[in-house]
Amino acid sequence: MIRVQSDDFDIGAEIAALTAGKTHIGGVVSFTGLVRDFAGDAAVSTMTLEHYPGMTERMLADIEAEAHQRWPLDASLIVHRYGPLKPGDNIVLVITASAHRQAAFEAAEFLVDWLKTKAPFWKREAGPGGDRWVEAKAVDDTAAARWHK
Amino acid sequence: MKVLYFAWLRERVGTGEEDVAPPAGVTTVAALIDWLSARSAGHAHAFEQRDVIRAAVNQDFADPDSPVTPGDEVAFFPPVTGG
Repeated sequence: MIRVQSDDFDIGAEIAALTAGKTHIGGVVSFTGLVRDFAGDAAVSTMTLEHYPGMTERMLADIEAEAHQRWPLDASLIVHRYGPLKPGDNIVLVITASAHRQAAFEAAEFLVDWLKTKAPFWKREAGPGGDRWVEAKAVDDTAAARWHK
Repeated sequence: MKVLYFAWLRERVGTGEEDVAPPAGVTTVAALIDWLSARSAGHAHAFEQRDVIRAAVNQDFADPDSPVTPGDEVAFFPPVTGG
C-alpha cells in the first residue's frame, strides 16, 4: 500500500494495521525519515515538500510492486508526507514484512533508496539564512544504482 | 498540451501549469523546451540549465528524445529530492 498525505503518521498503528491477521509474518522492518534541523552548516527551521500529484502515487506503487517481485514480502507500506514540516517531524515511512528478516531488511533498504531517486518530491529548506531548494545528492544515485542487477 | 512545472522551474516560469499549443514541428521533449524557452524571460531562465532539468510525459520519466503529442501532459522539474 502507498499513501501520500500532509498529515502525520503513527508508526505503531501503521505496523499493527499492516500485520493484523497475517500470522505467517516473522519479521517487520520499518524506516522513518525525519526532518533534520541542519543542512551542512546552516540551520533549518522549516522544510516544505512539493510533489507531483498523480505521478507520485504511480511511481510509489511501481516501486512497491518491484519490491514484491524481488522479495517474498507478505505486506508493505510506503507513506510520504508533503507540505510544510518542522525539524523532528516525520517525512516518510517504509514498512516491509516477511516470513524471514532478510527479505524485510533488503526490501526496506531498496524502497528507501529508490524513492529518493524516483519519487517526484522536492524539498525546500528555510532557515535564518533564507530559503533554498535542496539539491539531489550523487550519493543517493549511487545507493539506488547498486540495486540494478 | 498541458505543461506542468515544479520546484524552482515553477518559480522561474511564474506558474505551475499552462495549456500550450506548440506548432506541428515540436515533436520531442527537447523541441518543446526550445519552444517554451522563447515564450518569456521567465521560461528562458527556467530552462537555461538544460542538463539538470528532468521531464515526464504522461507521468512517466522521459528523455530529451521522447515524443510529445498535442494531448500529452508534460512536466518539467529539477532532480527529485524526496525520501
